[in-house]
Amino acid sequence: MREWFKSGTPWIWLNAGAISIALVAVFGLLLLIMVRGMSHFWPANVEALHFKSDAVSTTVIAEVIESETINADSVPGMEEVSGEVTRYLVKTGNRDILGSDFKWIYETSLVKRERPEQLMVLERIEWGNFYGYLKSIHENGQLVASVDTQTDQNIWPEFIARLERTIDIREKILDLEQGEIGSINYDLERLRLKQRRLEIDGKLTDKKLDEINIKRAELQENYAVLLKQTEHLYNEIKRDSIAATIMDGRVVTLPLEKIVKAWQPNKMSVVDKTGFYFKTLWAFITEDPREANTEGGIFPAIFGTVLMVMLMAVMVTPFGVIAAVYLREYAKQGAIIRVIRIAVNNLAGVPSIVYGVFGLGFFVYFLGGNIDQLFFPESAPSPTFGTPGLLWSSLTLALLTLPVVIVATEEGLSRIPRSLREGSLALGATKAETLWRVVLPMASPAIMTGLILAVARAAGEVAPLMLVGVVKLAPSLPLDGNMPFLHLDRKFMHLGFHIYDVGFQSPNVEAARPLVYATAFLLVVVIVALNLSAISLRNRLREKYRALDN
Amino acid sequence: MSESVKAMIDPSMIPTKQDEDASDICLNVNNLNLYYGESQALKDVSFNMKKNHVTAFIGPSGCGKSTLLRCFNRMNDLIDGVRVEGEINLDNINIFDKAVDVTALRQRVGMVFQKPNPFPMSIFENVAYGLRLQGVTKRRVLEEKVEWALKGAALWNEVKDRLTESALGMSGGQQQRLVIARAIAIEPEILLLDEPASALDPISTLKIEELIDDLKSQYTILIVTHNMQQAARVSDETAFMYMGEMVEFGDTNTIFTNPTKKQTEDYITGRYG
Repeated sequence: MREWFKSGTPWIWLNAGAISIALVAVFGLLLLIMVRGMSHFWPANVEALHFKSDAVSTTVIAEVIESETINADSVPGMEEVSGEVTRYLVKTGNRDILGSDFKWIYETSLVKRERPEQLMVLERIEWGNFYGYLKSIHENGQLVASVDTQTDQNIWPEFIARLERTIDIREKILDLEQGEIGSINYDLERLRLKQRRLEIDGKLTDKKLDEINIKRAELQENYAVLLKQTEHLYNEIKRDSIAATIMDGRVVTLPLEKIVKAWQPNKMSVVDKTGFYFKTLWAFITEDPREANTEGGIFPAIFGTVLMVMLMAVMVTPFGVIAAVYLREYAKQGAIIRVIRIAVNNLAGVPSIVYGVFGLGFFVYFLGGNIDQLFFPESAPSPTFGTPGLLWSSLTLALLTLPVVIVATEEGLSRIPRSLREGSLALGATKAETLWRVVLPMASPAIMTGLILAVARAAGEVAPLMLVGVVKLAPSLPLDGNMPFLHLDRKFMHLGFHIYDVGFQSPNVEAARPLVYATAFLLVVVIVALNLSAISLRNRLREKYRALDN
Repeated sequence: MSESVKAMIDPSMIPTKQDEDASDICLNVNNLNLYYGESQALKDVSFNMKKNHVTAFIGPSGCGKSTLLRCFNRMNDLIDGVRVEGEINLDNINIFDKAVDVTALRQRVGMVFQKPNPFPMSIFENVAYGLRLQGVTKRRVLEEKVEWALKGAALWNEVKDRLTESALGMSGGQQQRLVIARAIAIEPEILLLDEPASALDPISTLKIEELIDDLKSQYTILIVTHNMQQAARVSDETAFMYMGEMVEFGDTNTIFTNPTKKQTEDYITGRYG
């Protein structure tokens, strides 16, 4: 036994065990998020559950989410049952009619479970999912087709065709409103600001006013034309509607303009469902959120996260590298530099919310406020840069990740062989030329390492962003087709904040839960993707500037 | 052999007692003292070097020969706590004078280090480095100069087809010749070689030695070496240094065959190591 201890074997086991636990924890975490989040998009079967108690028959049409077995004694109102009882969490949808999406039902009086093929699920713009049977299709209130139990006429294809038409129109409206009408609004606003600016400067001559008015009239004319087009489309989209029967036998009329998607899960094969799954997943990644973020996609959040991180990288890299070059190459190494270095290292340990507070106080209110006074007096009292926004968020995070970049760059600079610097100096290069042409290119892999660490930290940071620019719902992306294309003053959405918002601020917790997992998984994917691209870039640089072997 | 080569290259440069006048002296070292903080590394070194001659510095490790060599292009400036007294005159100008531009000095006094230190760039860019520093940007001029320098360093035939490849892929001997090409590309007057062959195999060493022989028609060469045979083979004058002092300086043949000082004789014959 003593020999065994002396041989070091137990330590190897201990170390290997620690590593395995760490790996299991990481992969377990990722797997949990992935399974919980990604299974949300699978079109689950919808069941009709028939109950009978005291000669009263009821039917529940729902997706069974989970079941659990509990002790009946602990459940109020079930005194007559003793022992174990199984209960199901079911999603009944139809929130507008039934009041809630989810409910717990007990097995006690369950008579029959079945999966009627005709059952349909509708994803709606408002009120979540709808479950029921398609009954009839109407055009302008006139009956077009209806389900006749005798002839068993199939009206589903007709419904899908009309739904596709509606979706087409909806997309056209969206294009018009966000594209052309949006850009006219933007131009009108700029025109207003221009006029106001001239007024403030006292340069508003009649001639200029006329010019502005002519332009404005032109824009408004265009606007009127576009408005007519959208009005027409709005009338078109209202044309069709359907009637559907819900679980308690009531018939409900649903206008097609409120329906996003329709499917009959019990009829679909595994292949159909797989195709449907990827379509839904794609929609989740590429579409805008709806219904207080509990429905729809998360594209603006992904876009905001990536753009913000990239801007941060663009800001932090030159700043950090220059600081590191001064510390390592030019500053006289002594007590002061040691203190500065310790301070820089400690800066990395400051809680991130503190940076948020600093960003709000210094960047937003002080810098932003002054910029507004100096450059944007025309838009007062509404702030341009004096309010949280993309620029300030990137700057705050750049500050937060600065120490990482400085430390990594210094490390890299100190590892450049002395012989190379001397080789350059001996050829008559000045110190600056040597730095610029030999030392910095060779240190670039180390700089990239710093950047990778910075990106990993920044992409996951939420707390400071809540103070300096992230919002629950941003009306427009910070990058669009209107000059100057990149709108640094706009607020933006962020995956980390989106998780918090969907998970804890949402009115419909049960519906939001899978979205929390899915969004968290996507956040991990985004960070991994950002890191991988940075790492591959670093490896290329390493290959190019690999230090001398001997 | 070296006598006949010298005769072939430039008969007027054969050193004789008669024509040793001031115009031939290219470097004059005068009472040079160098301190690393408190400790003195060079003690009162004085001697003259002739144009287009090869001067070898020999001596045991730590005797100050590399330190002395690094004085000529003021490489010691980079080391903290170095203090220099005395003077080195290059064309009658003291290079330690405050008015001397160090980068201009280093363009006149090229240096090759012990370990080959090519930059992590292409072969072409390595040689063109010094030229680009001087502001040469014309592609044609650069190409001409690079070819000329590589030919001068006897490397052209080996690399002419892979000028755009990384210099780090070359062998050690090729890298050292590349570094020499890089040094001569900017056409210095003096070349400092700090044990240029110590990290190389015998064949590469031979090539470097042949190269030194070729180069001395155009450059004044100072070489530090641990290899006594090498010193005897390549140099015209030899300086033996010990503990920071210049013990003996003179004609290579004389130093190796008939040294005046006992210390020199002991070192050369291997009784002292």
